[in-house]
Amino acid sequence: MSTGNFENWHGTMTDIGPLYPFVGSEMFLFIVGLVFWIGWHVLQWRMEASNYSDDLEILRSPDKMDRALKGEHVLRTM
Amino acid sequence: MDTDIGALTIIFTEFYYWITVVLMFLIHIGFCMYEVGASRRKNHMHTLMKNTMLIPLVTITFFFFGWWIYFAFPNGPGILGGLISSPWAEPWNELMGAHMGGAPAGTDITAEDTAFWARINGVFWAAFLLFSWTAASIVSGAVIERIRSGSFWLIAVAVGSFTWIIDAAWGWHPDGWMVQLLGYHDAYASGVIHAIAGGAALAVLIHLGPRIGKFRADGTPRNIVPQNPWLITIGLFLIYTGFWGFYVACNIPIIDVQEGEGVFYSATNIYLTPTTLSAITFNFLMSLSGGLLAGYIVSRGDAFWTYSSGLCGIIGASAGNDLYHPIQAMLIAAVVAAISYKMHYWVERRFKIDDAVGAVAVHGYGGFLGVVVAGFMLWGYPASQKYDVLITPWGNFIGAIIMFFVLGFLPAYILAGIMKAMNVLRIPREIELVGLDLSEYAARYENEDDVNRAELDEARRAGVIR
Repeated sequence: MSTGNFENWHGTMTDIGPLYPFVGSEMFLFIVGLVFWIGWHVLQWRMEASNYSDDLEILRSPDKMDRALKGEHVLRTM
Repeated sequence: MDTDIGALTIIFTEFYYWITVVLMFLIHIGFCMYEVGASRRKNHMHTLMKNTMLIPLVTITFFFFGWWIYFAFPNGPGILGGLISSPWAEPWNELMGAHMGGAPAGTDITAEDTAFWARINGVFWAAFLLFSWTAASIVSGAVIERIRSGSFWLIAVAVGSFTWIIDAAWGWHPDGWMVQLLGYHDAYASGVIHAIAGGAALAVLIHLGPRIGKFRADGTPRNIVPQNPWLITIGLFLIYTGFWGFYVACNIPIIDVQEGEGVFYSATNIYLTPTTLSAITFNFLMSLSGGLLAGYIVSRGDAFWTYSSGLCGIIGASAGNDLYHPIQAMLIAAVVAAISYKMHYWVERRFKIDDAVGAVAVHGYGGFLGVVVAGFMLWGYPASQKYDVLITPWGNFIGAIIMFFVLGFLPAYILAGIMKAMNVLRIPREIELVGLDLSEYAARYENEDDVNRAELDEARRAGVIR
């Protein structure tokens, strides 16, 4: 039993073909890869928007902007 | 792989491209250092991450569709014909992975092609991929300190895995329609990497606007001083170093270029016309020198612009550096670097464009001019060994327009314009004022205080302190 296309290195090398396991799953892997890529952008987009929203909420409260511009670390600690 | 010379040629070529990839990695390290050095302290980490994360994003998308575009699009499609079948570059093909040769199931690819692509596909893909990183990274430097990371990364994917590789298929492929119809010649990518990326950067900058404080009320620019000139220095030296890999990756190391009877092995450029590694070594160093010398004078010894002009000099001569005489390369580099420097400040003052690292000038104007100059300098040279077409000034000028405006500026202008309309291109004003890193630093200090308190508690429990 092997997850690959071969179980020994004997015989004609070109008959081995692909070296990776689960040959035949390439299209499935491609689709999973696409979902992973697009999903990453969606998650990152939401995360970045949420961070800015949280930070803005703090910065727009009284005197926080002044303190932040003077170098105090006011974000997410207050 | 079934004859000694055939196997040696293929394995040598495989190793050759692998080395170029390692060298070109230094370009990206250099870009990261350069950007961080140019950004202010309050934005360092975001600037670093913005550039770093384009690596995985452009890599996976170049695997998913960028590589296939290069082989499928030389006809346009729609200009000289349709899409070209390129099974070895389809992301679901067996040859897009570890492979020992032999015909893949379900494709019409020949055994000879398979033997070649089984060895070359990964390293050739990676060499092109590193060009893709460079293209996206050029845009990254221009827009620091005020672009949203998520928006930039979509632009990076568009430039790195889509528009630049279309221009490569059109004008940097032996069968590209621009080569066949225009005699377009751009051996070391003045246009196909640098002009397109510079054009894209300019388009994004127009929508993005300048950093707060860049321009006075009367419109005159302030100089936002780079935070760390030493980091910039090392970064630019690393970009120079990686550029060696870039240059040799633009060549094919060993091919029989003799037509008819007889054999003559030579390196060729990407168009499969002969050149030598010695030729490009001469010209790389002489064009670097021309750019540095001119940059030092026009910038009155400013280190930032002297280094950048060295880079601009190489870019300005790159289109013809397979064929120029070294002194020609030096002079072209000097003139292009000087003009690009002047154009940077003219555009900055006239149009209020805040290009933080001079990327549009160094890559965009430098690349555009480099392609145009090559059209004059190499007028009448054969553009191809396969097609009966000559290099001309008008062919390269049209090519430069296509690179900078049609594929560089226009798509990025539309994409950035959509993001601007959605109010997601630029970070909120308050965040820009206090700095993108403030949240990270605040959390970091909070963590440090927390750990300090825990250590004190432990010391009291152990009786070390009271």
